[in-house]
Amino acid sequence: MTTTRTPAAEARAGDPARRRPRRRIDWGRLFTWAVLAWLFTPVAGMIVFSFNDIAGRQNVTWQGFTLKWYGQAFAYPDLNAALLTTVAVGVLTMLIAGVTGSLLGLALGRHRFHGRGATNLVMFAAICAPEVVLGAALLSLFLTTDVTTGFVTIVIAHVMFTISFVAITVRARVMTLDPRLEEAARDLGAGPWTTFRLVTLPMLFPAVMAGGLLALALSVDDFIITSFVGGETTTFPLWIWGSTRVGIPPQVNVMGTLIFAVGVLLAIVNIVLARRRS
Amino acid sequence: MKAKTTPYLLVLPAWIWLAIFFVVPICGMLSVSLMTGNVLDGFTQTFHVANYAEAIDRYWRQILRSLAYGACATALCVAIGYPVAAWIAFRGGRHKTTYLLLLLLPFFVSQVLRTISWRFLLADDGVLLGPLKSIGLLPEDAHVLSTPLAVVTGLAYSHLPFMVLPIYAVLERVDHRVVEAARDLYATRAQAFLRVVLPMSLPGVFAGVLMVFVPTSADYVNASLLGGTGTTMIGNVIQSQYLVNNDYPMAAAITFVLMALLLAGIFGYARALGTERVMEVRA
Repeated sequence: MTTTRTPAAEARAGDPARRRPRRRIDWGRLFTWAVLAWLFTPVAGMIVFSFNDIAGRQNVTWQGFTLKWYGQAFAYPDLNAALLTTVAVGVLTMLIAGVTGSLLGLALGRHRFHGRGATNLVMFAAICAPEVVLGAALLSLFLTTDVTTGFVTIVIAHVMFTISFVAITVRARVMTLDPRLEEAARDLGAGPWTTFRLVTLPMLFPAVMAGGLLALALSVDDFIITSFVGGETTTFPLWIWGSTRVGIPPQVNVMGTLIFAVGVLLAIVNIVLARRRS
Repeated sequence: MKAKTTPYLLVLPAWIWLAIFFVVPICGMLSVSLMTGNVLDGFTQTFHVANYAEAIDRYWRQILRSLAYGACATALCVAIGYPVAAWIAFRGGRHKTTYLLLLLLPFFVSQVLRTISWRFLLADDGVLLGPLKSIGLLPEDAHVLSTPLAVVTGLAYSHLPFMVLPIYAVLERVDHRVVEAARDLYATRAQAFLRVVLPMSLPGVFAGVLMVFVPTSADYVNASLLGGTGTTMIGNVIQSQYLVNNDYPMAAAITFVLMALLLAGIFGYARALGTERVMEVRA
């Protein structure tokens, strides 16, 4: 806190009349940490119960510590299949929505064209529409056109609701780019495709990645839309939902814990990289 | 010629996708909502507007309850999210990104799994209520699950980042010199906040309200896992009409009523504020 003082803090520190006693309780900090504790409570519960030594599937009361579920993490074939489906849907969504959404974002940020206003309106509606409406509408479409719901329809639905998020992320980046860089490339004899490949794309890449990862995260976590268009195909959240009545086996906690651990790792890498850059 | 076709080529894939799988289905749902029939004999288009009257007549309680729960959860998110966003933006120092990541980290775990975890933790004799009951701090018959309180806090829990991030985004850009100027002109800390910082942060609050109110009032995960028979939301009705009862026209009619209510609100709201601005703050 001492190295980066805000101008306001500096002004206050320099003014003895306004200086406050050191030991004042920082209510803001306390509140923020309390909220973080609240946010992490169910995650902590999930992790603790992944070590619960129970028999069967009723993972409700604490029976003692064990590591055995980590050894038997893949004991339920249909759970493994569900997890695999989730990953496959997520990666396909990331690729399809990443590309189409980025192209849309590029056009919206750079070009003037007919239908720009309508496109913004549709994107806004697609982002704001509640998931249950999107799911219900798509199911209506698939029912009236006799399309069998399953893996393909899940991917279709996920791409549909993530395209706009990717487009907004990329558009925000395009608007900060200096168009003179592309003009310079063209002046130096680069054709439109070469300019795009060597100048525009490298500058856009961080936003394209961010948009793609956002699409992946939204897809992997989605439950409501998937429950409408999933048909017989089950994803990880759907499998958990389906097993609430018969008992959620500790393997679910194990997988949740492992996914969370990956998240923590990514966050740490991110923080370290940000530190090194600054 | 080339320059004129480029933008259309860029938007074409997304346009096709959004047209076929977003615009057409919404219109198709309008058509389904006017059909009559049943799942065995099939449905026929009869322009049966009475579906809507029946939908509203049967489910107006759930609709009102959903809007009320959504409003409570949104208010709770503002009350919790604003101080957190302000503290991170003004006092986070060089740890700002760390705090934001900590805030988002729980969301790496699937929402369904976290909500189920709450259900176990808040069970009548669970980890949280059990000890409090055994030392006599709570009466034996106290319960949290199946109450509106459980559903509303669950909704606020799962949507808090959507409130914190847009508020943080605008507060982060507040120029400290403006606040200092207010202080130099003898504004108290409270006055400087109320008359300088708060007005500047309102676009973020508006964006957050939009991003929280719509999904919370249409949610059914929290009501199913944390609620009981008395807390059924309109999302639960839509879900069971579609996936359990297969009464598609009725389900489509309810969905349309919900969507019309929410979209009318959203567009009124966005018109007053400007959609581009709301979406940019969100991004």
